[in-house]
Amino acid sequence: MTANGWFQIFFFFALVIICAKPLGIYMARVFERERTFADPLFRPIERLIYRLTGIDESHEMRWTEYGIVMLIFSLVTLLVTYAIERVQYFLPLNPQHLAGVAPDLALNTAASFTTNTNWQSYVPETTMSYLTQMLTLAYHNFFSAAVGMALVIALIRGIARRESKTLGNFWVDTTRASLWVLLPSCLIYALLLVSQGVVQNFRPYDQATLVQPQSVTTTSTDGKSTTQIVTTQSIAQGPVASQEAIKMLGTNGGGFFNANSAHPFENPTPLSNLMQMFSIFLIPGALTVTLGRMVRSPAHGWAVFAAMAALFFAGVFVAYHAEAQPNPLLHAVNQRTSTLQSGGNMEGKEVRFGIANSALFATVTTDASCGAVNSMHDSFMPLGGLVPLVNIMLGEVIFGGVGAGLYGMLIFVVLAVFIAGLMVGRTPEYLGKKIESYDVKMAMLYVLIFPLSILGFSALALMMPNLGLASLNNAGPHGLSEILYAYTSATGNNGSAFAGLSANTHWYNLSLGAAMLIGRFFMIIPMLAVAGNLAQKKLVPPSPGTFPVHTPLFTVLLVGVVLIVGALTFFPALSLGPVLEHLLMHAGKAF
Amino acid sequence: MKRNILTAILYTVVTTVLFGIIYPFVVTGLAQALFKDKANGQLIQQNGHLIGSHIIGQPFSAPGYFHSRPSTAGNGYDAANSGGSNYSPTNKKLIDRIAADVAANQLDHPNTEVPIDLVTASASGLDPDITPAAAEFQVTRIAHERHLPESTVNQLIAAHTQGRQLGFLGEPRVNVLELNLDLDQTAPITPRIK
Repeated sequence: MTANGWFQIFFFFALVIICAKPLGIYMARVFERERTFADPLFRPIERLIYRLTGIDESHEMRWTEYGIVMLIFSLVTLLVTYAIERVQYFLPLNPQHLAGVAPDLALNTAASFTTNTNWQSYVPETTMSYLTQMLTLAYHNFFSAAVGMALVIALIRGIARRESKTLGNFWVDTTRASLWVLLPSCLIYALLLVSQGVVQNFRPYDQATLVQPQSVTTTSTDGKSTTQIVTTQSIAQGPVASQEAIKMLGTNGGGFFNANSAHPFENPTPLSNLMQMFSIFLIPGALTVTLGRMVRSPAHGWAVFAAMAALFFAGVFVAYHAEAQPNPLLHAVNQRTSTLQSGGNMEGKEVRFGIANSALFATVTTDASCGAVNSMHDSFMPLGGLVPLVNIMLGEVIFGGVGAGLYGMLIFVVLAVFIAGLMVGRTPEYLGKKIESYDVKMAMLYVLIFPLSILGFSALALMMPNLGLASLNNAGPHGLSEILYAYTSATGNNGSAFAGLSANTHWYNLSLGAAMLIGRFFMIIPMLAVAGNLAQKKLVPPSPGTFPVHTPLFTVLLVGVVLIVGALTFFPALSLGPVLEHLLMHAGKAF
Repeated sequence: MKRNILTAILYTVVTTVLFGIIYPFVVTGLAQALFKDKANGQLIQQNGHLIGSHIIGQPFSAPGYFHSRPSTAGNGYDAANSGGSNYSPTNKKLIDRIAADVAANQLDHPNTEVPIDLVTASASGLDPDITPAAAEFQVTRIAHERHLPESTVNQLIAAHTQGRQLGFLGEPRVNVLELNLDLDQTAPITPRIK
């Protein structure tokens, strides 16, 4: 670890803190339908959308209607995506003449992008046409994020409103999130990325003549090896920057290219890398301020922010420390940190990012449910790879996905005040609302569906040698980690991977697709139920027994609840995966 | 219910036009107008031929060139098939691959530890850079093959070393393709294909 590395980490986080307040307040105004400077630009477009689609913007929805409309919209976009993937061969903007996507892969991808997961079982360069990427994948990047924001706003309204039956209008919240927040930021951000070298064009792939021709020896399955001279390099192109902007800002993470944000055309410079990490945390961080403003307790928003920040720093410290260590199994290799190299574990990392920015990116992308990567998590040191895995297992609440992170954290807040209430023997209250049996049951449902999907599917995959184990890229404890990571990432709607796992099989496409849908929609429904139930409660005046939710004590309790729930659930699985691999590696064992 | 389904379909169509078509085309128009070279991938032409991109790495293994990092993109530096090895640090295949690459590097530089980035595959398989340590490691070989004094080779490296961006971001690096093209200008040889 170096001073410069830590300086970069603190600089990144300072940017997040500085921008959280202005953006958070702006978003609160957008969703409360107060005046903003952007109204003259977007209000006419908003009205036009409602006119064309027959939406009544004054209509208020109960939590059930809000949820049903959200489900219908998600289903429609999922089916459209599936259809376009299947017939892309016959559509324009397909200069490489890529064939239609296979049914199981198309379904997996449609589920993946609808749920804001962006798990990718395919190599985009050789699978998805430019049109498919723009029209369906980038589209979902906008709207899965906008839906996430709408949902958390519904929950915040549930907390803020009293004796109300309704939570707002799903269409209005989604439209305002996408028009007022995502679209203008992405326009500017995409151009900033192009200025760093992210490509934006519709060219067919360029064919370059290599400066030094290469002899390539390939061995076929029957053991015959053939040598050929390769003289050209095919360079994939595409409308990358426009998709990259929303991929990061919407915490989606689905790469335009297979190597994702490690690809020089997606993330060319250290500055573009900083922008990308910053844009992952930007909206989730600012939403805590929106929360504080809408429930009229700014300090509560910051207390939640502080809990997220504490968990973030714990993660980045462990990941950075682990990756800066030399691999004890290598010999005659210089792995030391010096002014000439960042040293450490460089397998699956880019020179321009080095150790600090790779470890930081991995932490940020898994704290939030982004899942973009600028280094290959599968090649991380055992404890370095443990951090992204644990980050997702904690429920994607360390800033978390756009909207999804905060509503997840607010469920943990409900549990935290419930536990605080139990400790002092009083009925728990949260911002003047009594937390009762129904709320806690729904919160527990939310918390329990998550490990059930992860551990259940992982166990199934492990029991099926031909379906589950045949896809592994690494043996030993790391093999278990690969499978565990896949279902954790899918259920957590993260989308990053221990990418050695060959996931483009019927079994993985379908089971991971199911895990993604469960991890999104089965958790949203109990969350909306809590929102609806809180909205119709009366306000009770604070008493001496009320547990304040804006103090450092509350932050500590919240962090404790998140850690305890995560640790109790996943410690056995983790100890057989990354922890065991760490111990065996230091005992000199390879697999 | 029927009404909600209709609304959802109409909403999908209208927003797809705005976010799926208009938005990327507006960005493309602005990008092509403002940053034409960058938006098209910073391609390098030589004598009318396309020979690569400034920011996409190429394979170099001949003794007269600075070597780039091992690549697992396709058959190596396949810029239409990016990706890493995804080997875990305890994978025997990784340890054997690195041991073989270390042995190959030490033929020219006996008893010298090999900088880690020179024997590890990058995440993209297209890393255009090596560390200054990896460039320095190769100086004696290049000087010998190109019949240049080591000081000239060191000057070339220095000219192609990029420091941290804005003084503190990222890591110092050397662009291999640019360095080798400059090397060809300075001391042309016909490289042996390895």
